[in-house]
Amino acid sequence: MSSNIESYLDQPYEAGFHSDVEMEKLEPGLDEDKIRQISAKKDEPDWLLEFRLKAYEHWKTMEEPDWANVEYDKPNFDEITYYSAPKNQPKKDSLDEVDPAILETYEKLGIPLHEQKMLQNVAVDAVFDSVSVATTFKKKLKEAGVIFCSISEAVEEYPELVKKYLGTVVPYTDNFYATLNSAVFSDGSFVYVPEGVTCPMELSTYFRINDQHTGQFERTLIICEDDAYVSYLEGCTAPQFDTNQLHAAVVELVALENAEIKYSTVQNWYAGDEEGTGGIYNFVTKRGVCEGDNSKISWTQVETGSAITWKYPSCVLKGDNSIGEFYSVALTNNHQQADTGTKMVHIGKNTKSTIISKGISAGVSQNSYRGLVKMAPSAEGARNYSECDSMLIGDRCGAHTFPYIDVRNPTAQVEHEASTSRIGEEQLFYFLQRGIDEEDAISMIISGFCKDIFHELPMEFAVEARKLLGIKLEGSVG
Amino acid sequence: MLLEIKNLHVRAGDTQILKGVNLNVEAGEIHAIMGPNGSGKSTLANVVAGHPAYEVTEGTVRYDGDDLLELDTDERARDGVFLAFQYPVEIPGVSNSQLMRQAYNERRKARGEDELDPLQFDDYVREKVKVVDMDPDFLDRSVNVDFSGGEKKRNEILQMAVLEPRLALLDETDSGLDIDALRVVSNGINQLAGDDNAVVLVTHYQRILDYVEPDKVHAMVDGEIVQSGGKELAMELEERGYDWVAKQKGAAQ
Ligand SMILES: Nc1ncnc2c1ncn2[C@@H]1O[C@H](COP(=O)(O)OP(=O)(O)O)[C@@H](O)[C@H]1O
Ligand SMILES: [Mg+2]
Repeated sequence: MSSNIESYLDQPYEAGFHSDVEMEKLEPGLDEDKIRQISAKKDEPDWLLEFRLKAYEHWKTMEEPDWANVEYDKPNFDEITYYSAPKNQPKKDSLDEVDPAILETYEKLGIPLHEQKMLQNVAVDAVFDSVSVATTFKKKLKEAGVIFCSISEAVEEYPELVKKYLGTVVPYTDNFYATLNSAVFSDGSFVYVPEGVTCPMELSTYFRINDQHTGQFERTLIICEDDAYVSYLEGCTAPQFDTNQLHAAVVELVALENAEIKYSTVQNWYAGDEEGTGGIYNFVTKRGVCEGDNSKISWTQVETGSAITWKYPSCVLKGDNSIGEFYSVALTNNHQQADTGTKMVHIGKNTKSTIISKGISAGVSQNSYRGLVKMAPSAEGARNYSECDSMLIGDRCGAHTFPYIDVRNPTAQVEHEASTSRIGEEQLFYFLQRGIDEEDAISMIISGFCKDIFHELPMEFAVEARKLLGIKLEGSVG
Repeated sequence: MLLEIKNLHVRAGDTQILKGVNLNVEAGEIHAIMGPNGSGKSTLANVVAGHPAYEVTEGTVRYDGDDLLELDTDERARDGVFLAFQYPVEIPGVSNSQLMRQAYNERRKARGEDELDPLQFDDYVREKVKVVDMDPDFLDRSVNVDFSGGEKKRNEILQMAVLEPRLALLDETDSGLDIDALRVVSNGINQLAGDDNAVVLVTHYQRILDYVEPDKVHAMVDGEIVQSGGKELAMELEERGYDWVAKQKGAAQ
């Protein structure tokens, strides 16, 4: 029976098509000249070129890390293309000049970029390979004072803001892939919510890798001033290739006093085929800093794709009473490997963090939770609660938990719970005996297991996430 | 005949568990199957319900005239076969009412009836909750998670009351219950039992038969039904022990 469960999970990857779009690319491989070319193509100011070059110099001294519980052939950095952009670039604010093949791609993915067809109340920035091709609802957001645009555009239009914050949360020296990203990042999203503003709609970026040999190095920067609020969603897909593509993004969040940032991801990069050929290497650095008192950063992620996932969305809780949250579902199947979790670094007084991680492993996949909770000497009265639950489907997969705890303040409290369960024959038999077919039974079991996480997702994404996990929704959403 | 089992041989792995069971159950009847631990009572109930671990090597099972073994497990359920589990499983995150609504609606769909929406179902299920004397909060709890033994058994009876099966197989639903819970469970069974359906009680003790009046009692020993009779057989089994029937079986051979 468990082989049936597996075949049920092995549904074809619907986003796996490739679009024919004329691209302008750099030659593969990386050297200083390439970095200058990227920067020149984007007409960047000198300080940004400096930033890139410093990062590149540093990167050359670094080694690719191998401490994660994943095994893969290391990417050949000479074969990767570091810049690839659709030739027919749109003029700002006009969708009319976006290559129709690109619009069609997003349409096919269920993300229509024409505003009249869009989801109400969700503004979308669409990133295609290396660059942002369209951002919707810009005007409406501007009226509210919210800036939502591609980071390239932000460099042009709001250089002071970008300069002030870029690299402050994830410094260019941070880690191998973040450093590489700092050198070559091509685009990504930029969000700025001014003091006292609650962003009037959900903001969303949709990342699409299209080209077979292009690495995607996007960079996202979100700043929430005092008393501001934003909810940001990120979705991603890629075509099905039998080679591995590298995705090495950096996301930086800054929350000032009383500000709140809610960052949600539904990751559905191509995972490779049943034999483990192809698929995305997803090596991402995501970090937020709760700079101000009473600020809050909340990460919610549903990770279903990628051949290798290696990511730890983290919170640095500097402000007193600030709050960090991490809610995660990671599903691995076939030969997928995921090593994911979070870091909560408590610095301010009475800071609080919550970690809820749900790992689902099927096939011969390996699913690891890795988390660090650190209480600095200054973290008077800080508290953390962590819960890591694993569900195994079949008996050839693995689930692992690596919690690291580092407490340097005697008043801080850390609580950790973990469980492992298996969708077994008896559980399925129970549903079948009640007249519920196997597909619905698995949906209900997985949906039940992930309930606490789906609850945290904005409604549209919760729907997509359930669907992604092969779940037919029964009853009410959210 | 609602259930007609002929010469049923069943195996799990290398073990032959049932060795030629014959059993006829008419609509409107209540049957009790008694027998020592390991005699194959649960196996019989599970095979009728369609548990995948068991292989039928010989014999037939007909349900309302049709070959039951041809049907998938979930089809049997939608056709009115219900098993109250001896050890109900836990399903974290899935509420009792979610599970029952899905199950109930599957049955309605199979009969070509409209599904009930959550509010309609809530009205319906709240009436049923009274049958088993439970707090309606029970509906929102995850299926069997952190339930006491008695609550799990009541929950099985609640599901039975909701689904109104034509053939209810109850696998030791009476074991481990205090007297109040036993009354509640018996009450649930008596409310269900009617002219159109049948109940098969698998039990260790005749205690429940003080509350649920059986039409027939069967003694099962080592994979066979060795003796059948009326209620008096249950008393006799309780008094003289299963060794007695086992010996009788030996003598008969
Ligand atoms: N799935 C199974 N696999 C192997 N052996 C089984 C299985 N189910 C039951 N058995 C064996 O069959 C015999 C009868 O078990 P069971 O039907 O549970 O008896 P009862 O319910 O009368 O106590 C026991 O010896 C038991 O160990
Ligand atoms: Mg038994």
